[in-house]
Amino acid sequence: MPDTAWWLDLLWTVVKGVLVAFGLLTTFAYMTLVERRLLARMQIRWGPNRVGPLGLLQPLADAVKSIFKEDLRITKADQLVYTLAPLIAITCALTAFGGIPAGPAGSFFGLDPWVYKLDVGVIGLLAITSMGVYGIFLGGWASGSKYPLLGGLRSAAQIISYELGMGLSILGILMLVGSASFQSIVGWQANNGWLIIFQLFAFATFLVSSFAEVNRTPFDLPEAEQELVAGYLTEYSAIKWALFQMAEYVNMITASALMSTLFFGGYKGPVFLEGVIPGISNWPFIWLILKIAFFLFVFIWVRATLPRLRYDQLMRFGWKLIFPLALTNTIVTGFYLTYFRSAGLWPLALLGLIGFVLLVVLSDRARKLWNTPTHRPDAERPAATRPLGGD
Amino acid sequence: MGVLELAKGMGVTLGKLFTKPVTVSYPEQRASIKPRFRGRHVLTRHPGTGLEKCIGCSLCAAACPAYAIYVEAAENDPAHPTSPGERYASVYEINMLRCIFCGMCEEACPTGAVVMGNEFEMADYRYRDFVYAKEDMLVGVDGSIPQRREAARKHQAVRTGFKVEGGPRAELEGVKYPT
Repeated sequence: MPDTAWWLDLLWTVVKGVLVAFGLLTTFAYMTLVERRLLARMQIRWGPNRVGPLGLLQPLADAVKSIFKEDLRITKADQLVYTLAPLIAITCALTAFGGIPAGPAGSFFGLDPWVYKLDVGVIGLLAITSMGVYGIFLGGWASGSKYPLLGGLRSAAQIISYELGMGLSILGILMLVGSASFQSIVGWQANNGWLIIFQLFAFATFLVSSFAEVNRTPFDLPEAEQELVAGYLTEYSAIKWALFQMAEYVNMITASALMSTLFFGGYKGPVFLEGVIPGISNWPFIWLILKIAFFLFVFIWVRATLPRLRYDQLMRFGWKLIFPLALTNTIVTGFYLTYFRSAGLWPLALLGLIGFVLLVVLSDRARKLWNTPTHRPDAERPAATRPLGGD
Repeated sequence: MGVLELAKGMGVTLGKLFTKPVTVSYPEQRASIKPRFRGRHVLTRHPGTGLEKCIGCSLCAAACPAYAIYVEAAENDPAHPTSPGERYASVYEINMLRCIFCGMCEEACPTGAVVMGNEFEMADYRYRDFVYAKEDMLVGVDGSIPQRREAARKHQAVRTGFKVEGGPRAELEGVKYPT
């Protein structure tokens, strides 16, 4: 927007921010319903269908319930931090989404369809989402109870571990595109094809680490109810609990948006449709929303299928598999771009494909890296010097 | 377990997404139960004469492990007998909150008067509404106390939410359940 008053800019930015927050919270509300319905259908049940037609008013009922529920005051909690923690979590989650472009510049009634634009877009988003772990961690600590503390610790350790794999998976893209801003990445993909073609291997590691980042099954150990009651959520009730839940779902939406933007062409639609309706691939919102919806479905689908990892498996998986693989991908991509740039990009796509196929084929062999048995056979165990069962 | 096995599992869940759920939407659809399901008691009558089978002997109360049954007997009026014996049960109450639905009363009854029926929808609000008197359990009374109250309020017939596979047992003479 050229030559407008600064306060007008500010006003429109605030309006866009409010719209994004509103949209995300509505999506969160209906996400809970869609998730419960889909999980139910995958388990051959109907799921919630009582409140309103097809259960469509269920989120409303849940919202009313969580607002009017008693907000417990925990005696041993650190009141300030205890109250602040869900706010931190939701603020970071909502802020992170604002940087993702939902359409070409100026396509939202003459405004840019993003709330803020950073030249370091991807890095900034990663930084903000990692701030979100403070919410979970502080919430777990401030509850003044042991299971929330354990849950918070687990969450912090897990997110920090997988952050590395996630960041390294993205580095290949940044080297290819030569920029970290979302707009350049989407533009590059419009010219050269979706980045998943050239970075298939990175996408695999990115997908797995984003599952871990947003604390979803099979990596939802901070909330492993069999071990930790409800993890960091144990002492929370009513709206504070809902805020944490909200933050988790918004993070999921952000992760989906990030995957769509980085690997699947972002807000650009398929070009072959241009023949039918001219300009359709540049329509704002619709394509990004479709892509996000697909990835959200994948999140739910995985939750319906895969069981949870054990905690040591999770750590080994992150450090011994995801981290080295992402690092290898970064090195190979960097090497290729330095010495073979003139050969074009297709050999890189081929390399990624070969790596991905090898990963799939050898996944059973590589399992020992992250799943060594903790139970040692008798031969390795030191001989008992005292009679078992007490003297 | 490699990635291929994971993919296989994902395929299973995706396939199930498009199958019809096995859920019985209970209040609207009738739940299916077996004839030997032990539900609310029924006090049966002799088929020909219509006299109550119960002779007020209190053996059911003696057999009851939960002390849920209370019986008071009275002499029959010879002109208008209530039961074919000398005496009949002037008061016959079962506390459904105490009852454990074990069926010992049914086994102890010498005349086959008290029989376990199939009804189970007895949820209510007040303790006193769980004490079922004789007129709540005689053959021909459909539904539990709350069901009959609700039906009277809406001016409708009592609708039980279950069906019995193959119809009620032979011991439940004259009882009709949906099949």
